[in-house]
This record gives sequence, C-alpha cells and structure tokens, in this order.
Amino acid sequence: MIVATLAFYVFAAVAVAAGVMVIASRNPVHSVLFLILAFFNAAGLFVLLGAEFLAMILVIVYVGAVAVLFLFVVMMLDINFVALREGFLKYLPVGAAIGLMLLAELVLVAGAWRFAPRAKSVLDAPAPPLDQLSNAQALGRILYTDNLYLFQAAGLVLLVAMIGAIVLTLRERAGVRRQRAGVQLARRREEVIEIRKLPAGGTPSGGTPAGGGGR
Amino acid sequence: MSVGLGHYLTVAAILFTTGIFGIFLNRKNVIIILMSVELMLLAVNVNLVAFSAFLGDLTGQVFAMFVLTVAAAEAAIGLAILVVYFRNRGTIEVEDINMMKG
Repeated sequence: MIVATLAFYVFAAVAVAAGVMVIASRNPVHSVLFLILAFFNAAGLFVLLGAEFLAMILVIVYVGAVAVLFLFVVMMLDINFVALREGFLKYLPVGAAIGLMLLAELVLVAGAWRFAPRAKSVLDAPAPPLDQLSNAQALGRILYTDNLYLFQAAGLVLLVAMIGAIVLTLRERAGVRRQRAGVQLARRREEVIEIRKLPAGGTPSGGTPAGGGGR
Repeated sequence: MSVGLGHYLTVAAILFTTGIFGIFLNRKNVIIILMSVELMLLAVNVNLVAFSAFLGDLTGQVFAMFVLTVAAAEAAIGLAILVVYFRNRGTIEVEDINMMKG
C-alpha cells in the first residue's frame, strides 16, 4: 500500500514537472523528450489504476510513434527557434491569468462533485474481478462485441489520417527519374522487340563480312 | 494516506492547465502548440481511466483508447500540414498563417 502511494506521488510529480518543461524549455528537441517522459509517467499512473493495457498502448503509440514523429519533424525542419520564442514573456501574463482561472474552476469542480447515489448500479460494462479476467482480456471482450462499430470507425479514422498525411506531403519533383511500374507493366513485346529476317548464309546487305566468313 | 480519485483528478487538472498555458505561452511555435494539445489529451485520458478504475466500469478505458486513436491521427495530420506549410513558406510562425485573410 505504502509502495503504491509512493509510486503515485513519484509518477504524478514527474509527469507534472515534465509537462511544465514541455512548454517552458528553450529547445523544442528537449520539449519532445520531456513529452516522452510525461507519457511514460502517465503510463505508470495507468498501471497504478489497473489499466495495464492502456498503459502499454500509451507507451507504444505515444512514445513509439507520436513523440518520435514530433522529434523527426523538429529535426527535419530548419527552423529558427530563437525567433519563435520572441514574445514569450509578453504572453506570460495573459496565459497565466487564463491558466489560473481555469485551474481555479477545476479546483472548485473537484471540491464539489460527488458520484450519483445510483452510479454504481447503472454501470455499462462492469469490470470483472481481476482473478478471473485480466484487464486486456476484459477490454477485448467488450471492445470486439459491444463497441465493434466504434472500433471499426477508429480504424477508419487512422486510415484516413494515413492517407491524408501521405497525400499532403507527397510532391512531384522535376528532374527526378523514378520507376513507373504502370508503364513497365504495360509494355508489350510487339512494341519493343523487332524481328528482322537475315538472309541465310549470305552477308547482311550493306555490311562488310566480319572475320570468320568465307576464306 | 491512500490515493483516491481526487488525487488523480488533481494531476489531470494540473496537466490540462499546463497544456492550455503552453498554448498561450508559445503562441508562435506550432510544434509546441501541438505538443500542448497532446498534453491536454493525455490529461483527459488520465481522467477517463481514473473514473473507470474507481467506478469499476470498463467503458471509460474503451473511451480512452478511442481518444488515443484520434490523438494519434491528429498528430499525424497536424505534422503533415506543418511540413507542407514549411515547404511553401519557409517558416512556421503562427502569425504568418494569413494567406486566407481569415
């Protein structure tokens, strides 16, 4: 119990600190690395909550794909980040005011809310006891049955995102010789190979006999 | 001493506020803004999973998974747009995005 409590405070503190460093660090590469740290610690919080599957998904999807994508873009684009940081202090008061206002609202909400008395009796998908079914198994059972259409829609969203990203960044460069599989496959023998009849035994017309002809 | 739902909600609230703050603080840098949006989505996910765990209802985790999906798609499309924009204009300053006179 004490270990879990300690782990919660460590994960929460590091996640919050990393989140602050994401927005405050001077170098965007550092920002991305702190984002990865924040995701790792959020995954730790998920494990503490008993959502192991989501924790692993978070590590795989966010750290493995999204954060690396950010890192790739930051390093690929040649951007003057110093110029982008101008006005950092100018925006600080407005941002701080709005942030504090929002935080105050959230604190007010957090202090006053409570579960409805019958909340426990209207659960949509009660979690089975852990000794019967692991978290991943239980999630799979409701994901592939009750939420099948939503699952398919999520796949469609990812497909559209993939196609969209490819279409957006694809460009035709002039002066680049690229393989065109369609043209290659459409070639037919008659268009490319020419068959000539040579007179049997004689020399080809217009040419001199090469060595090895008659002696 | 034991960690309750309120603790997790507090962490999520702080992370969410950090994300909002980041958008205002780095108003010129689209990359940091996108990262702030990711932070906010992460905070929402922490909320969903915390409620799911403390209510004993798995639907929250399913929902968090869909949020994760949409966040990944959003990051991919956003960064693709960013790359195209940088190719055309040579900068990623938000204030220069004014070709449509909006």
